[in-house]
Amino acid sequence: MGLTVGSTGTKSMDTGLNIQKKNSNDLLIALGGNPNVGKSTVFNALTGMKQHTGNWPGKTVTNACGVHSRNGRNFILVDLPGTYSLFAHSAEEEVARDFICFGSADATVLVCDATCLERNLNLVLQTIEITPYTVVCINLLDEAKRKGINIDLKKLQQLLGVPVVGTNARKQEGLKELIDAVEKVCSAKIQNTAPIEYPSAIEEAVKPIESEIKHFDNLTVSPRWAALRIIEGDSSIIKKLYAEQSENKNIKASTYQAQKTLNRFGYDENTVRDKIAKAIVLKAEDIARSCCSQSADKKKSLDRKLDKLFMGRGGIPTMLLLLVFIFWLTITGANYPSQLLSNMFALLGEKLLWLFESINAPDWLTGALIDGVYRVLTWVVAVMLPPMAIFFPLFTLLEDFGYLPRVAFNLDHSFQKAGACGKQALTMWLVYF
Amino acid sequence: MNSVSLNTLKVGEQAFVDSLDFHASNRRRMQDIGLVDGTKVECLRKAACGDPVAYLIRGAVIALRNEDASKIFVIKQ
Repeated sequence: MGLTVGSTGTKSMDTGLNIQKKNSNDLLIALGGNPNVGKSTVFNALTGMKQHTGNWPGKTVTNACGVHSRNGRNFILVDLPGTYSLFAHSAEEEVARDFICFGSADATVLVCDATCLERNLNLVLQTIEITPYTVVCINLLDEAKRKGINIDLKKLQQLLGVPVVGTNARKQEGLKELIDAVEKVCSAKIQNTAPIEYPSAIEEAVKPIESEIKHFDNLTVSPRWAALRIIEGDSSIIKKLYAEQSENKNIKASTYQAQKTLNRFGYDENTVRDKIAKAIVLKAEDIARSCCSQSADKKKSLDRKLDKLFMGRGGIPTMLLLLVFIFWLTITGANYPSQLLSNMFALLGEKLLWLFESINAPDWLTGALIDGVYRVLTWVVAVMLPPMAIFFPLFTLLEDFGYLPRVAFNLDHSFQKAGACGKQALTMWLVYF
Repeated sequence: MNSVSLNTLKVGEQAFVDSLDFHASNRRRMQDIGLVDGTKVECLRKAACGDPVAYLIRGAVIALRNEDASKIFVIKQ
């Protein structure tokens, strides 16, 4: 897939909501998950694309789209920005939520980090509440194993009520099973089998609105979910639902009735929000507790020791030393290949000059092409390529070790004083380079 | 039992969330990282100048600035 005018520039920014299928049996799949769980790795492994993956949040700000083909069927995958929640309080969350709610995806795949399941389940539970056409992909299973964490996938599937597939996307493991599960989910008619239970006041208030919404045409979200948002007073979702069903009198009446129920229990809007948030978090805790078991914890204690070195009092000197070492390695290391390249280019340049002379090319042409284009281009390549070829792999290595977020942690205080945040330190490293 | 701000915790201390002084979307954001009442929080380490601080919340290590942690009230064990 090459770059075209359509795939770059402003046009590529917000195409997420109107992605077109080529054939009627193509499937549109949304790929969601928390930041930094290997979501882009899953996406790349499935689509064969080389979308940049990174160890800091916010890599995928706008949607990326790719195709996985199997047995003549296209799976159009949309890589959503990584979020912890679908309660739109940031641009990324709104993009992700709107696509899951209104993007007419046939199914949603949620990528989870096996090493930190409970935290990931919050998003999973929120998504299943919107649409049961969901497949949960538990990624980084090998890393969890190394940390002594064992996850009972069968039990998880049973408790969530949606298919659960374990993968190691970096090693391409489990991806076939994932696509199998997705295909199966898309063709089935399913219902949410394990809804989250809320306090009785909320359950009672939700029912009348839910049964009104059930009558809507072209419903893309579960009526229960929409009803919950209405009693929560989430105005953005109400607008989006009403846009299709303009002013609906029945909804207004049942919302009024719900309000009365909540008042009777002494719940205001804030209490409702708190209770809903809490119910989801507690359910995630419950599920994680009954599916995960932790055995011997060797790696964790090593992790903590390293953290002490890199993030304690000595954190900043250690960081500076490391940085100096990397720059030294880059600059001195780059000298040799740089020399080699420029010698090679000089030799080639002489040959080219000889060629131009032998065909009696006019001076202005030789000047423009050899002295102008060729010399400048080769000089830039000889000087710039070797340091980049050394620095960026080293940077990637630090990223894989998880060192970069720790740098952000160390430097946040200083950056805060300048009205910035620690994450920007990484950008500055690159700029300095 | 008296509740104190989360940022008063020393490294290694544990406490349970009591209430949040956040509103609207920031409140939800805190709840989404698992900070609902009754949640156990452990103070893992502080950055060199004491800010931000890394906390263990529901199995995840999360760094919070003192500015935010001071609005989270906890009850010590």
